[in-house]
Parts: sequence; structure tokens; C-alpha cells
Amino acid sequence: MVTLRLNDIGTRYGNVQVVSGITTPVIQPGTVTAVIGPNAAGKSSLFKRIAGLAKGTGVVELGTKTKDRNTICYMPQDTGSTAVLTVYESIILAAKQGSSLRVKADELERIDEILAALRISNLSGRNLGELSGGQRQLVAIAQTLVRDPKILLMDEPTSALDLHRQMEVLSFMRDIAKGQNIIVLIAIHDLNHALQYCDQAMAIRDGRMVAFGPCAEVIDRDLLRDVYQVDGHVELNSLGHRHVVLRGPSDQTDSRHDTAILRNPRNETALAAQ
Amino acid sequence: MSTNQISIEAGSAHYKARSLRRFMILLAMGGALFLSFAIDLATGPANYPLSDVIATLLDPWSASDQMRVVIWEIRMPIALMALTVGAALSTAGAQMQTILANPLASPFTLGISAAAGFGAALALVLGVALLPAFVDFIIPINAFVMAMATALIIHFFSRMRGVTVETIVLLGIALVFTFNALLALLQYLASEQALAAVVFWTMGSLVKATWTKVAVTAIAVAIALPLFVRQAWALTALRLGDAKAESFGVNVQGLRLRTMLIVSMLAAIPVSFVGTIGFIGLVGPHIARMLVGEDQRFFLPASVLCGALILSATSVLSKLLIPGAILPIGVITALVGVPFFFSLIFASRRKSW
Repeated sequence: MVTLRLNDIGTRYGNVQVVSGITTPVIQPGTVTAVIGPNAAGKSSLFKRIAGLAKGTGVVELGTKTKDRNTICYMPQDTGSTAVLTVYESIILAAKQGSSLRVKADELERIDEILAALRISNLSGRNLGELSGGQRQLVAIAQTLVRDPKILLMDEPTSALDLHRQMEVLSFMRDIAKGQNIIVLIAIHDLNHALQYCDQAMAIRDGRMVAFGPCAEVIDRDLLRDVYQVDGHVELNSLGHRHVVLRGPSDQTDSRHDTAILRNPRNETALAAQ
Repeated sequence: MSTNQISIEAGSAHYKARSLRRFMILLAMGGALFLSFAIDLATGPANYPLSDVIATLLDPWSASDQMRVVIWEIRMPIALMALTVGAALSTAGAQMQTILANPLASPFTLGISAAAGFGAALALVLGVALLPAFVDFIIPINAFVMAMATALIIHFFSRMRGVTVETIVLLGIALVFTFNALLALLQYLASEQALAAVVFWTMGSLVKATWTKVAVTAIAVAIALPLFVRQAWALTALRLGDAKAESFGVNVQGLRLRTMLIVSMLAAIPVSFVGTIGFIGLVGPHIARMLVGEDQRFFLPASVLCGALILSATSVLSKLLIPGAILPIGVITALVGVPFFFSLIFASRRKSW
């Protein structure tokens, strides 16, 4: 069984150290982890480093010896494409990298199933260039799922989706994580979605992990202030869910480095146990 | 989250139908190519009936000596040269467009043909060999070295941060002008005899085709194609963008460099034999893309067939336009190919890049 533990992970982009010293406890299969933090915090760089697409320091521990090109799948932020390829072809492309030129019947069947599960069967014959931003994100999710990953790193997979689709996709990913017993990490900006759909959260600021733990513990007033520089708090809504209430940008933006608090309860216990 | 059974299978059904249609298109192109090749053999200053030409092809020793020499020694190398050169240039253009993510990329537009031309002229005019070891093949080797150097310049420039598709085209235009200026300088310095050779050569012509040149060009294509076929999925993935291709596990940088080296071979060899024949490398892949899309399993053979077909048909045209004379084929590809290309773009109106 594949587990994931990051041990002192760091990476550079050019001359800039964009991620450094990220160490987590063991992340179990069947869980969804929200990776949260402001723009340019290092979320994408961390994902690339975990997926082996960026060089750097530290060790990505998988808890297994068997690893192939599809064990860890990174789904990058969508950039669009002008390729004269249909949605269906683009998904075949994801599935067939490094294997034979012939596409077998059972491979087609599996793609049909994934498209149906994401409710985008109607897009299969469309050219990529004709898709809306939201449709492209759904296709990208299909491209990732078809590779049958054990660890799935999704970089803002819902940023272009409407509200209904966001919730649908997140709930779908949670079902996939549980159903197929895989590890899903999602970089996400909407903290309420993180609270609702993710088991745990990893908060990153300036390339460093500042918190890791259950969403309810990580996402609180201090995180809003220290990581996002916004004033707000977390309360229970009428459905009994935790819910972020925002008042506005914090006044303390200039002194954020002075007020940074490293809150990492799980991590400290994990390190202490070693 | 499941929908009904019919719509679930709609995707694969559509895909299968599409694949079959593409396969049929490739077959039709093969048929058209064979026809064009036959017509190419049958046309020329000496007017032989088609039936006699076919008879000579099937049984050379039953025909008269004159007929056999005309068909097998004169027309056949030219007709085959048209096929192989067309295939090589179109394939080179297709893969340049793929790896540079640039619809305007081709050996001709990015200066690789011009560089090869300059390299060949160095040999023709000054007798300079860029690789002293192979003096017997001084013209093709010079062309190849210059083409490769230019391809590498484009490659490394395209990897620099902040370089866009437009910058690459501008670089290509700059390279074309540079090499054309250097070529003009050589022409200025050249003796009358060498000048005639260079001028003839810059127009692009198939009439000096020999069996050896056909064989070398065919070997270049035969080496390149399997290498591209092996990378078919990865090359197609490049069209989804670098980030996506990398996330699929494609070694993007390595693939680009390898492809560029093969492309420079494919572009240089024809240019060194037949001169600069423009637009095949640009038009061929675009027509292929309109017909079969960009899945390399179909796009690659379609580009090969398209390039071969265009140059073969142009070879026929070059003999028919002025009866009794054979026009330089490079002139025809430019005069006929470009308007044809534009009419395709404007007629289809379909977004094909």
C-alpha cells in the first residue's frame, strides 16, 4: 500500500528557494489533503517536487518499493491548448504514454467510464480548443484519473468551475480517494471547500509549511491572519459545518513576518517520536 | 453519477469511427500518390503513350532501349526524388511545428534551408569543406553541418526564458536574411560557372536527381520515421503544452533536442541535393493536420504522404506548364503552393491550429 511522507523537502526555481524544509507525518491512503496558502506560496513547486518533475532536496517516502510513471500523478494548472485533438484523444494520450501504439478495447471502455463518471461524455468528440475553462479542468481530471494514480496531486482543479461543478468535483474526488484507497492532495483557495471536503490541511507560506493537521485545527483565525493576512474567524453554520467568515484584508500586512507563528502540532509529535 | 448506456459508449464509438475515417484518408492519399507518381513517369518532352510507359515499368527489357533509358534512367530518379524530398521536407516541417508549438515553423521559414543553401554554396564557390573528412560528399555534408548548427541555434534560443512563438519566427526571419546575404556575397565572389551552379541550385530543381541521391534521401527518411513513430505518444503530448506533457512523464527537453537533430538531417539532405524547395515543409503538415488532426499515429504518415504527393504533383506541373520545358520545381511550389495553401485556410475556416 502506498503512503506518502515528505522528509525535509525543498526545491528551487532558478536561483530562488521556493520550497524549503517541508516535513509531514505519514499521509494515509483514502484521504484528501487540502494544500492551502496564498498565491506564490510554493504549492505548485511542492507538487512538482513530489511528482519528481522538479529537482531538489529531501526525500519523498512512499512506503512501497514498486513505483512506476503513474504512481504519483501531478495535474498542473490548466493552460489551454491549440492542438487539433479531441477530448477523447487527449485522454487516450494520457493513458498510453510509454506504451504501445495500439489502443485496446478495454482501454477505451475505461475512458468511457471515466468520462461518464465526470458527466462529460458529451464532450468526447469536441476539439480541445473549443472547450471552456471549466470543461478543460474536467478533461484534465479525466486525463489524470485514467492513469490510475496512487497519489494524485491536483493543482487548483476547481478554479475555473462554477459553484455546482466545484462541489461536484470535490465530492467526486473524495469518493475516489475513499473508493480506490488513494492519496489525494488538492491545492485549493476556497477554505470553506477545504473544511467541507478535505480530511486534513497543509498550510504553506513563503515556501515553508506552517501547519499540518485536521482541517478544523489548521483553518482558524490565526491562519487567516498569519498566512492570508485577512481578518476573520471560523464558526459553525446552521448546518453544523465549520465555516470561514471573512471581514476584510488584515491591517497587519506589513508586519506579517514578525507575527508568523509556526504551528505544526502533528509534525512536532511525529518528529519527536523519531 | 452514471448516465445511460448509450451515451457512455458514445465516446469510444465516435473515436473508432474517426480512426477508421483517418485510416481511409491515409489509404486514399496513398492511392493519389501512386497515381501522381505514374503520371509523373508518363509525362515529359518525349511523348509516350501511358500504356507503353506501364509496359516499360513492368518489363523493362521488352521496351526499346531509348524508352527504357528515358523511363528508368531519366524520369524514374526524378519522380522518386520528388517523393522522397517531399516526404522528408514535410516530415521535418511537421515535427518542427510540433516541438516549437509554432504553426509557422518549417525548414524554409526558420532559416534551416537557407543555412543549408549557404553551406552548399561554400562548397560550390570556395571549395570549403566544413568537415574535412568527407571531401567526396562536400556539398551535402556542408549543407548538413550548417542546417544542424542553425537548428541548434533555434533550439537553444527557444529554450530561453521569456521567448515566445513570435520571437522564434522573428529569429527565423533574421536567419533567413543573414544566410541569404551571405549567399549573395558568395555569388558576388563566384566564377561564372560556379555562379550558374549556385543560381540553379537556389531555385530548387529535381532534374539533377540520380539513383544515389534518391537512395540517400530515402535512407534519411527511413532512419527518421521509426524514431518518430517510437515517440508518437510523447510528440503528440507536446501539443498539450510542456507542463501537461511533463506531468504525463514525457522528458520534454530531451525529446525536443533529439527531434530537432533528426529534423535538421531531414531538412539538410534534400536541400543539398535539389536546392531550396520552399513551402512543402509548411504546407504539407498543415494539409495533413486539416485532414487527420494531430495524433502523430495519423499525423506523421499523413505529413509524409502529403509532402510526397504535393512535390510529385508539382513535378508533373513543372513539365506541363510550358510544353517542352521543365521549370525549376522550387518556383512552382512557391507560385502554386502558396495560393493553394491560403485557399485551404480561408475555405475551411475550421480552427486547425
